[in-house]
Amino acid sequence: MPIMIGPPHYEQMLHPAIKKNYGKWLYHEHVKPGVIKHVSQTGDEVYTVRAAIPKIISVDFVRMLCDIADKYSDGYVKFTSRHAVEFIITDKKKIDPLIEELESKGMPVGGTGKSYKPIVHTIGWNHCHTSVIDAPGLAKAISDALFEYFKRNDLPAKLKIAIACCLNMCGAIHCSDIAIVGMHRKPPVVDDEIVSKFCEIPTTVASCPTLAIKPKVLPDGKRSVEINPERCMYCGNCYTVCPGLNIINPKYDCLSLWVGGKVPNARSPPMYSRLVIPYLPNNPPRWPETVEAIKKIVKAWIENAREDERIGEWIERIGWEKFFKITGIPFTDKHIDDFIFSIRDFRTTTQFKF
Amino acid sequence: MVSKTPLLDELKKGPWPGFVQEYEKMAAKKEIARRMLNQLELSYRDKRTYWKHGGAVTVKGYGGGVIGRYSAIPEVGPPAGCHTFRVAQPAAWFYKTDALRTVCDVWEKYGSGLMNLHGSTGDIILLGAPSEVLQQCFDELSSKGFDLGGSGSDIRSLSCCMGPALCEWACFDTLDVYHTLTMEFQDWIHRPAFPYKFKIKISGCPNDCVAALARADFAIIGTWKDEIQIDQEAVREYAKAGMDIKAITERCPTKCMSWDGKELKINNEDCTRCMYCINKMPKALRPGKERGATILLGGKATILQSAMLGWVIVPFMKIEKPYTELIDLIKRIVTWWDENARTRERVAELIYRVGMRVFLKAVGLPPVPQMVFRPRNNPYYFWSPEELEEVK
Repeated sequence: MPIMIGPPHYEQMLHPAIKKNYGKWLYHEHVKPGVIKHVSQTGDEVYTVRAAIPKIISVDFVRMLCDIADKYSDGYVKFTSRHAVEFIITDKKKIDPLIEELESKGMPVGGTGKSYKPIVHTIGWNHCHTSVIDAPGLAKAISDALFEYFKRNDLPAKLKIAIACCLNMCGAIHCSDIAIVGMHRKPPVVDDEIVSKFCEIPTTVASCPTLAIKPKVLPDGKRSVEINPERCMYCGNCYTVCPGLNIINPKYDCLSLWVGGKVPNARSPPMYSRLVIPYLPNNPPRWPETVEAIKKIVKAWIENAREDERIGEWIERIGWEKFFKITGIPFTDKHIDDFIFSIRDFRTTTQFKF
Repeated sequence: MVSKTPLLDELKKGPWPGFVQEYEKMAAKKEIARRMLNQLELSYRDKRTYWKHGGAVTVKGYGGGVIGRYSAIPEVGPPAGCHTFRVAQPAAWFYKTDALRTVCDVWEKYGSGLMNLHGSTGDIILLGAPSEVLQQCFDELSSKGFDLGGSGSDIRSLSCCMGPALCEWACFDTLDVYHTLTMEFQDWIHRPAFPYKFKIKISGCPNDCVAALARADFAIIGTWKDEIQIDQEAVREYAKAGMDIKAITERCPTKCMSWDGKELKINNEDCTRCMYCINKMPKALRPGKERGATILLGGKATILQSAMLGWVIVPFMKIEKPYTELIDLIKRIVTWWDENARTRERVAELIYRVGMRVFLKAVGLPPVPQMVFRPRNNPYYFWSPEELEEVK
């Protein structure tokens, strides 16, 4: 039984044109939405064609991608860090037929340059036990609404959205232009029976960021925990480590919306996403309130941002007070940080806008 | 038993590619996929997850790589476990179609036939394997050239950008570093031995296309030390084609550029290598020739002490085969973290608790101004007894 073999070596996976020009690329150009031309020192030109795919796919779908790759890109295919698929084309004449075939099979071509990129998201109700929302379904609803921007290249800058189905925030949530995070609003319900049987009490106590959990001894001598509801802000991390602390509560669970994060270092340093809407209803299968809120923010950004300004850069320039004014989103006490780093964000200047 | 999916059917509408159709394709062939779809419909109806808490399953010899999952409603959902395999992806997600078909064939034989390309950390995700097939499925994948990725308190699967394979900005060979480190750390990836997870990501330049700075405890991000290479003729071509070069120089964060209509000047000493001008004029500007990487430590998500972005610990390191300096640094950091962290404490939180002073001394890195935006503004700093001896 072979074991610890690691991933297949990348050299077996590279298109001959990529092997030949490895490390020799001179420049690239956006030909049109979804199509990038790469030019090498050797004079070779290689095109990549990018298409969106669903996050959850069947083996039949992957085989279809393979068939397309065999037909147009010599049996090679690649995927991007935002889970799009890319085909490597050496014969320019194949680009348009490839695009036609991809689109006829439901895979839109786009997502390059200053466009809306495929959402990075988590697995939600499809497979996760701590999920508040269904990220794949919400991603589909948002992507349908923002679809036109995927096929264009004229936004102020790139638009990257991420979804996490709980505040474990798997993915790139804390540094995305727009992020949606599933949130709870009620403390966990302690099931003493399960806690005493299945949970390691010290780990459970230590899992709380606000020290709301302490150990308790039950009348029969068994050990459990108690939660101070005044200190609990419903993060759910104690449920992650202890099945006896169920925090899922469909009546109160909700979505939250964050904006202004970015990862690349271009112009401004990377930025964290910041809370803008603390509550949106968990409303499957289309989450209309959340989709509307996102459309409103994107519209305000498109109308007001300067060239190359990511959402966070735009807001930092105009000021957060003006962002709330322009978008009409109410500012509440929830927006004022009260965790351990809070003071860093208080306005220690008289510079502000009315 | 739910057999209709009215809520999920709504997600089959609209122009964006839908995942519900993918379930339906496999549901027609596989009972487990049909049950996964049924369970999902109930989640949409009741606005809650129906996966039971946790689940510890694995394959022989390994402690990580398989995520155990059981349905809370096995009469409707999958009855015998519905686990996830994380399969280690080839560098930068490049594939020959034969290799992908191999994964599909094995997966259709044993599991639901549903998958993600790819999980956020980078792995090929095989979604929905019944408990009894785990070992056979792994054995067959492994005999056909695919190993598992990481999960749990281990070194997680690494990931890298497409680097020199397709990008002119790559400052080192990201794919080769990815493969070399992944092979070097196989034991640490497969056998969780640490206080918590540890992620390594590799980007070829500061555009950071795998978001290493945000999503990796240890981020390796390409950079250069000398002058940006300028082709003045190509700059003039951009100007002629209508590009507002002056506006670009004005957006330079350090204002170290000027353009007089004929010549673009860069004061490289003041350039912070943000990539903006290079991004705008790829035909005219290229990273310098003295290349390497900046190492940043500590990127992580919320739990426990808030989300953090990685910060500089090594401003510049040469990244050349066999990557001895890089591998040594990772080993020193992981070992120090392993010995000093509390249970479920990421390396950023350990440093937050004990201080950079302690960390730098322990791993043997010199403090340099590039590590901070600005120096501290409080007077609560420590002296070690040895330092007091020195000034006696």
